[in-house]
Amino acid sequence: MKNKKDQAAFHFMMLPGMIFLIIFSFIPMFGIVMAFQNYIPAKGISGSHWVGLDNFRFMLQIPDSKQIFANTIVIAVWKIIAGTLVSIIFALLLNEVRVRFAKRFMQTIVYLPNFLSWAILATVVMNIFSYEGPINAFLGWFGIDPILFMASNKWFRPMLILTDVWKGFGYGSIIYLASLTSIDPGQYEAASIDGANRWKQLWYITLPGMLPTIILVTTLNLPNVLNAGFDQIFNLYNPLVYQTADIIDTYVYRVGLVERQYSLGTAVGLLRSVVGIVLILSANKLAQKLTDYRIF
Amino acid sequence: MTAQTLKSRIADIIIWILLLALTLSCLVPLLNLVAISFSDNAAASANLVSIFPVNPTLSSYDKLLSDSQFWRSFMISVERVGLGLLVNMTLMILTAYPLSKSPRQFRGQKVYMNIVIFAMLFSGGLIPTFMVVKELHLLDSIWSLILPGAVPIGNVILLMNAFRGVPKSLEEAATIDGASQWTILMRIFLPVVLPTLATVMLFTIVGHWNDYFGALVYINKTSNYPLQTYIQQLSVEVQNITDPEKLMELAKISDRTLNAAKIVVSTLPLLMIYPFMQKYFVSGIVVGSVKE
Repeated sequence: MKNKKDQAAFHFMMLPGMIFLIIFSFIPMFGIVMAFQNYIPAKGISGSHWVGLDNFRFMLQIPDSKQIFANTIVIAVWKIIAGTLVSIIFALLLNEVRVRFAKRFMQTIVYLPNFLSWAILATVVMNIFSYEGPINAFLGWFGIDPILFMASNKWFRPMLILTDVWKGFGYGSIIYLASLTSIDPGQYEAASIDGANRWKQLWYITLPGMLPTIILVTTLNLPNVLNAGFDQIFNLYNPLVYQTADIIDTYVYRVGLVERQYSLGTAVGLLRSVVGIVLILSANKLAQKLTDYRIF
Repeated sequence: MTAQTLKSRIADIIIWILLLALTLSCLVPLLNLVAISFSDNAAASANLVSIFPVNPTLSSYDKLLSDSQFWRSFMISVERVGLGLLVNMTLMILTAYPLSKSPRQFRGQKVYMNIVIFAMLFSGGLIPTFMVVKELHLLDSIWSLILPGAVPIGNVILLMNAFRGVPKSLEEAATIDGASQWTILMRIFLPVVLPTLATVMLFTIVGHWNDYFGALVYINKTSNYPLQTYIQQLSVEVQNITDPEKLMELAKISDRTLNAAKIVVSTLPLLMIYPFMQKYFVSGIVVGSVKE
């Protein structure tokens, strides 16, 4: 009797969430058929022509698509590598600080940019990298001619990576700092009695102690190789740098929604999510194997 | 021994320099923005402002006070955070609680779990979702910014794991006293997971406050834009000009101090809750990611 009541309560609790998931997650999945059609808005999904894999074939032919897939992966991989490194280095440096007040102050400051949106930070970045901005003024001291960072295919990408790392390294360091505090202080005492200097302690105690966390976070980052950061690029780029900065997500937005090529946009988006799922499932398996951790 | 301490001293100095450089890199650009907002326009356009205002003035804030579109957008953002918080928190709690039960205790848990995971992994994508929102006649309504993301699955999973960490004996004791699942959820589980609840709540607030993209897709009337979309539009004009010379020209004549003031004011609400949220999100991230 009691149990029946519990079951009913549980189902009832799930109901609203399920309704929203069905409407806004599952029904849109049917829209994927647009990728296999020559979708014309006036005719709707039922009235549009089936074209099979034509959209995908077209996608593979246009030079744009190779470019955007390459851009996506290159930008994302650099962001992951640089971001992880800087986060780890910051955590290690901060761990050496014994002044509590200073430690907390620095943490508060470096976590902050992560909570500001790219819509806001874009203005900050544009100020700094502008033609007459501080970076160019600084380069001027060394006799270097000002660079149009925002409009240069050579510089835009390094700038994307640099500013992304800048925004996220503090927040990313939280988990590494946590793993550092869980290392047994007795190990350091023993090591210093044995005459190990700070460098050796870092190398033989701290880094091995962090390794499981580093492996875990890197594994969980695997699905992000398709996630080069829509918000950032969308807010910073312009047609001059499409060649090096256009990624799958910005392309789908521009071609699909702005230019209203619904079928092509959906096809590109579909390919991205299929590869994305494979990556997430692999990361989950890999993490489970390496560290006993499961995302789900 | 003394060589050792000297080396250690030098190491300390290097560590402090690097740390200060990293910290300042985060602080200075933001201070610069604040300084620009308090400087006069001529100095700001000539890039003379560092982290202290040049010819300090409140004129940009004066101008901002009479910018009715800015305040309209500000209020839309406030409304969105309020409504979004209510909808998200309710659905998050109601969905995460049954999912946290074992399949033995809640028959059907597995089925629901699979549905939720599937929805997390796979989506129709931007364009099909847009069409559903359009078909429901939600375009141009504030609900188009709230309902499509009503169930934030990542947060549901975080909360579900927190519920799973609540000691079984608490629930058993309450069951013996004849409490219903609703009572157990409200009286026992929610108070116990309060830190996680605070974490997801703050993520929700920040998420709604910072989102500009939803309105860009779903809202046609510029006058109905929330704050971040309004701010984002300020830089769009500049972005879509491809001629570098024109770009510089426009940057010169645009009202940099006013734009800076807009950004400062739109960041203030976040800065006000940030100190309170810090201890929660730090523990939230650690609990949600390190342990199972």
